[in-house]
Amino acid sequence: MDNREVLVDVKNLRTFFYTEDGVVPAVDGVDLTIHRGEILGLVGESGCGKSVTALSIMRLIPNPPGKIISGEIMFHGEDLLKKSEEEMRLIRGDKISMIFQEPMTSLNPVFTVGDQISEAITLHQKIDEAEARKRTVEMLHLVGIPEPERRYRQYPHELSGGMRQRVMIAMALSSNPELLISDEATTALDVTIQAQILDLMRGLQKKLGMAILIITHNLAVVAEMAETIAIAYAGKIVENASATEIFKFPRHPYTYGLLQSIPKFTERRTNEPLPAIEGMVPSPYHMPNGCRFNPRCPFATEKCRAEEPELLELTPGHLVRCFHPIEP
Amino acid sequence: MAEQAVAAKKKQKTSDDYSYVGMVFHRLTRHKLAMAGAVMLILMMLFVFVGPLVWRADPNEQISGLEGMFNPPSSAHPLGTDDYGRDVLARMFFGGRISLFIGFVSAVSATLIGAFIGLLAGYYGGWADNLLMRFTDAMLSIPTFPLLIALASVMGKGMWQIIMVIVVFGWMSDARLVRGLALSLKEQEYVEAARAIGASANRIMWRHLFPNTLAVLIVSTTIGIGSSIIYEASISFLGFGIQAPLASWGNMLQNAQQFIWNAPRLIVYPGLAIFITVLGFNFFGDGLRDAIDPKLKL
Repeated sequence: MDNREVLVDVKNLRTFFYTEDGVVPAVDGVDLTIHRGEILGLVGESGCGKSVTALSIMRLIPNPPGKIISGEIMFHGEDLLKKSEEEMRLIRGDKISMIFQEPMTSLNPVFTVGDQISEAITLHQKIDEAEARKRTVEMLHLVGIPEPERRYRQYPHELSGGMRQRVMIAMALSSNPELLISDEATTALDVTIQAQILDLMRGLQKKLGMAILIITHNLAVVAEMAETIAIAYAGKIVENASATEIFKFPRHPYTYGLLQSIPKFTERRTNEPLPAIEGMVPSPYHMPNGCRFNPRCPFATEKCRAEEPELLELTPGHLVRCFHPIEP
Repeated sequence: MAEQAVAAKKKQKTSDDYSYVGMVFHRLTRHKLAMAGAVMLILMMLFVFVGPLVWRADPNEQISGLEGMFNPPSSAHPLGTDDYGRDVLARMFFGGRISLFIGFVSAVSATLIGAFIGLLAGYYGGWADNLLMRFTDAMLSIPTFPLLIALASVMGKGMWQIIMVIVVFGWMSDARLVRGLALSLKEQEYVEAARAIGASANRIMWRHLFPNTLAVLIVSTTIGIGSSIIYEASISFLGFGIQAPLASWGNMLQNAQQFIWNAPRLIVYPGLAIFITVLGFNFFGDGLRDAIDPKLKL
């Protein structure tokens, strides 16, 4: 049914952290497929393993305490988890780039922004300094920074948060990556700047054709951006479908709960409180037996408490990990 | 009136008007102690480097005969002569050059070695950190002075040997300093960002972390120069340092101690020079430390 070319295929990824208090299964069996040129949104609460998934794809999990214990991440027919550190270094920033949450601290304070972008370019392309400089100015221009020649010489502290995030994007895109991972890249920005950055990312995606993995806890961001959405809960993907499917026909009770908890401005105002998902995210040290969502799920049965459901394709392209999916 | 107020406000410089270096300089000029230190150091530099151009005398030329020895200050010898009838002022110039040179070279080398070891330990952590820091602790636990003398006597008594000896025992505090800095700096997001663009560990350490430690290292070097001068003086005083006829402030002191009752001024001159130089470096270094503190706004 799906004839798009698969770019990254994450299968049964498990990344655990070995802390003094015990083992944290931050990512415990994540399956994710990113197609070429697609925008995929990975959504979930804090601590559900979104960022760890991204860092695992980049192989940037700090070890110790973290360790990717199993799974495979296929990229161009090769398993990234089997690559050496040296081989990964050539892929990072070249074929796969990443932008981080904190634009304020993601740039080195002692270098000009131009030098930092140039560094990213010269690390992967055999070009001389003058050419790298030219390309940097082009990149700054591309991400909508006015007066790129002057900005080239400025230090990070001279730029605003939105500008810095643009610089980070310029750095990430400088080598024409095939996959851009955006780890909460707009979370730290205010709403207007956030909209600008998202617009920019979408525009650049159309122009350059790379795939984007957007990691966020903000459903509005993915609603605006993503074609496909994966919902993560407690280290697992619980639902994966096209954006319209997810928003129109959520099948997993967790997704349903998330969507219910968004205030709707189209409905008449009532004095009833906003629906919320009962309970708390389970402690990573004590994951519940069976389905991980069962303690909070209104539809949970004995089966949910005993067995763990598989991620199954209910309708074409709509994967759900639930014994009692909500009927559309 | 309102316009005037605006104009007055404009005239007052804010921290945004300065580059980082400019801001540090501005803060330094307002730091009284640092300025006092700077004046001392400038005077000492002038004395040592410009002095010989003004007062042209051979520091090693001896006036033979009893009448040449221990002359009091006069127009022929502004600071008098020593036990060999040599011009003390000229010896102060050239001795000062050697003392300052030794102080500078050994402090800078010690800082660089310390930074290298500290950065490796802090960045890699784990067993590398343990190994390097335990080695540092071990070096710190050695009583410096006896070994310094032993080393100096084994390695010979030239200027470079003394520099080596001072460096061997001088890098540990910088190593600890930089290790601590590296431990906190490597958790910064820009390090993760550098990794995400495919930078190697070496590149991250030397291109991204090292420049961030420079501010602190400059301060530590400045103060280190002062203590290196003291070290040189102490080694020379004990007779294992710079050897006659070459002059250094340290061996001038050593030489003068036997004549402390006949010619006490021979002890006062080099002693005072060392005192002023080291105090100048310490004052200036303290001021620099305050000035580069980014938490302090103007």
